[in-house]
Amino acid sequence: MSDGLNRSSRETAAPILKVDALSLSFGGLRALSGVSFDVQDGSITALIGPNGAGKTSMFNAISGFYRPSQGHIVFDGQDISRERPPARAKRGLARTFQNIALFRGMTVLDNIKLGRHAHLKTNVFDALFYRGRAQREEMELRAEVEERIIDFLEIQHIRHAPVGALPYGLQKRVELARALAMRPRILMLDEPVAGMNREETEDMARFILDVKEEWGITILMVEHDMGMVMDISDHVVVLNFGQVIAQGRPSDVQNDPAVISAYLGSGDLAQRIRKTEAA
Amino acid sequence: MDWLYLAEVALAGLGAGALYALTGVAFVLIYKATRVVNLAIGEILMIGGYVFFGLVAGAGLSVWAAIPLTILAGAVLGVLVERTLIRPMLGESPISVFMVTIGLGSILAGIVELVWGADPLRLPEFIPNTPIFLGEAYLAPKVAYGALVAALLIAGAVVALRFSRGGVALRATARDQGAAYSMGIDVGRVFSLSWMAACATAAGAGVIVGAIGGISPTMGIFGLSVLVVVIVGGLDSMAGALVGGLLIGLVEALAGSFLGGEFKLLATFSLLIIILMIRPYGIFGSHEIERL
Amino acid sequence: MRIGTLKLSYAADEALFDTRVQWIWLGLLTLALALFPFVAGPYWIYMACLVAINVASATGLNILTGYTGLVSLGQAAFMGVGAYTVAVLETRVGTPFVINLLLAGGLTAAVGVVFGIPSLRVKGLYLAIATIAASMILHFLFAHWELTGGTRGLSMPPANLFGIALDQPQKLYWLIIPVTALMVLGAANLFRTRVGRAFIAIRDRDISAEVLGIPLLQTKLTSFALSSFYAGVAGGMWAYFFRVVTPESFPLINSIFYLAAIIVGGMGTILGGILGATFMTLVPEFLKLVVGWLTPWVPDALSLLAPIRTIVFGALIVGFLIFEPQGLAEIWQRIRRFFHLWPFRT
Repeated sequence: MSDGLNRSSRETAAPILKVDALSLSFGGLRALSGVSFDVQDGSITALIGPNGAGKTSMFNAISGFYRPSQGHIVFDGQDISRERPPARAKRGLARTFQNIALFRGMTVLDNIKLGRHAHLKTNVFDALFYRGRAQREEMELRAEVEERIIDFLEIQHIRHAPVGALPYGLQKRVELARALAMRPRILMLDEPVAGMNREETEDMARFILDVKEEWGITILMVEHDMGMVMDISDHVVVLNFGQVIAQGRPSDVQNDPAVISAYLGSGDLAQRIRKTEAA
Repeated sequence: MDWLYLAEVALAGLGAGALYALTGVAFVLIYKATRVVNLAIGEILMIGGYVFFGLVAGAGLSVWAAIPLTILAGAVLGVLVERTLIRPMLGESPISVFMVTIGLGSILAGIVELVWGADPLRLPEFIPNTPIFLGEAYLAPKVAYGALVAALLIAGAVVALRFSRGGVALRATARDQGAAYSMGIDVGRVFSLSWMAACATAAGAGVIVGAIGGISPTMGIFGLSVLVVVIVGGLDSMAGALVGGLLIGLVEALAGSFLGGEFKLLATFSLLIIILMIRPYGIFGSHEIERL
Repeated sequence: MRIGTLKLSYAADEALFDTRVQWIWLGLLTLALALFPFVAGPYWIYMACLVAINVASATGLNILTGYTGLVSLGQAAFMGVGAYTVAVLETRVGTPFVINLLLAGGLTAAVGVVFGIPSLRVKGLYLAIATIAASMILHFLFAHWELTGGTRGLSMPPANLFGIALDQPQKLYWLIIPVTALMVLGAANLFRTRVGRAFIAIRDRDISAEVLGIPLLQTKLTSFALSSFYAGVAGGMWAYFFRVVTPESFPLINSIFYLAAIIVGGMGTILGGILGATFMTLVPEFLKLVVGWLTPWVPDALSLLAPIRTIVFGALIVGFLIFEPQGLAEIWQRIRRFFHLWPFRT
């Protein structure tokens, strides 16, 4: 029962993020019902499930954009369910977005620097005169962004480019850079390799593993690329119709009958039945 | 309190409100189809008044020949504006398009002043002026007939929007441009159609407004009240334009009579701020859903 | 042409003026501004002051509308708050002008924050219209409050600098130009820091910005406060310049003027605010000149001036939005690029 041992030892360490019986509805539509899972400190946890299972809704609830109707989100021992998104960001909940959300009016460098916003102290008066704190803070930030993030993600050549003109893969990488600038304790990646080819996917997987190992940052990701999920995750949570249908190590989840049926035909069949019932 | 006076003021307010509602309907028509907030609606209304004046006083036409021609001129202006100024702005930010209509308003006001001068003018009398009493309350005949015509036109617009081919196409476009386009609706033509209908309506309203209060190059200020009307009612709601129009007409009349003329705008704009704080999309407006 | 620029520190890379050539141009510009009052006639000095006041106000509006994406049609009314503050302080308290200008800015910033509160709930056009409402309410106050002198307004003494009365444009020039230059420099600095980045983030994607740690209401109100501060100081300078402040001094059309100025100049660029305000202030003067030339041939040409101005004003807004939406600043950049690459690419 090495499996059971392993689990119990993991449960003794307090999870960095705990989602507890979370429910979320839009009008009459229930996007999530009673979802619970833990994200262990220092792990890579993947959230998977068919389209419309509620993965991105889960992300939005964790970052505070959606307000859950029931349940709690506990980050680092503190209940953050009622906190506004900026407060959560400041605690170290950083994320990227499914449809890239870069700021088109800024350069790559400014986009990345923006990630640090909540941790900087420059106020309006410092800013107007650009002396003392403003200048010192900006220079420290620039040095750190250059030496830690830009160098790490290999995007030196585009630092002054406006983000709108960049190809898709690089935009994804800039988004990751911006999230890293947020001083994350937990990094939430919403489909980090969607639409990427094999090579780009491998690059991204390498960056994610490095972030976990070299920076010591916990990772929670939503991803459809099963190959990558199974390769790099420590823990997998499977959602379907807003409910957790399985969770555990990648190898366990892969062989779970409920997961297989959700991903293969019968899941679609169930969906079709529900649709006809609803209509 | 003098209840008769109150009733008369309220009636006059509702009468003026009917014209706000009519112009508001024109405004909503454009907004529904093209998502353009047309701040030049007041100036287009003014053009209606002046074209009518030009046709009657300048060209010597009879009033009943001039009215359809004025409405036709409004329609032509609408198509022209849509084609030359609004179509090129397709896909630009709503704010930019909004500013284009402000620029258009300025151009129209300048043209009117260039052609007809800056002084206010009176339109020839053509509305019957036998006094009208509702119960004991007196209502100025011009206001009463104006409101009546406005009500008929609004009813016509609502029926057309509900049942005519063009009306259905317009509502489909308002709902989902892409879907309407793929169903074979010529969205470009719907755009033109909506501007045509709206500007024709506004020009017609201009004749009535001009007949009641005279015309001047600053008449475009009427558009500011209409803006309050549609924001209060909800930019994309016909019912909102109706209710908003009557409400604002009433509030203006009450504030003007009991507090003083200078309180009119203060009252309506304060109401506007309150409504925006409570219902950011107006009384009947549909809420835009925000997505991440 | 321009050869690759070599920078050895991050500070050099982030400087406002990053090449020696730019510093030389800046020096020449400063020199020209300093010599200007000694060579130009009174009319041109008068115009220079007016341009500078409008640049200050347009730059403020650019912070709010161009950079933060919150459209305001209240800039003129906010200038009015500043102008009345200065007029009241001069006539009733007699504090020195530096303090008056700062208080004008501060009070206007507070008023701006109050009228910025609807931005919590409403966006885009709804917000623009809420600012129209704000300016209507302010106008009503100007015209009906005893302190502001009702419809007759207030007349005030000139600014006083160490016993010298700044009662002529030639003297006020030395107040208005440096203050405006400082304000423009401040605005440029803003966008080198977190404050400015947060503004742009809200303009580009407000919801994502919030998730990335930017408190929306607080940042929007900061932008309102800054923009109104600029309007207030500009209005204060306006008061010292004309020395009569009435409710009709700051009509709604002036708010549209400032919005037009940043559209024509280029939204969301510091240069745009400067170029746009300068251009839009000078165009009516140019038209006056043209109409003056026409007078011998066109009888009554002078009466045509007002409507022609109105038409040209509208046509400029429409024309720039359709044909050059990035404004004069973009045209300027194109010219610059041309010379950077010349003669290898023409």
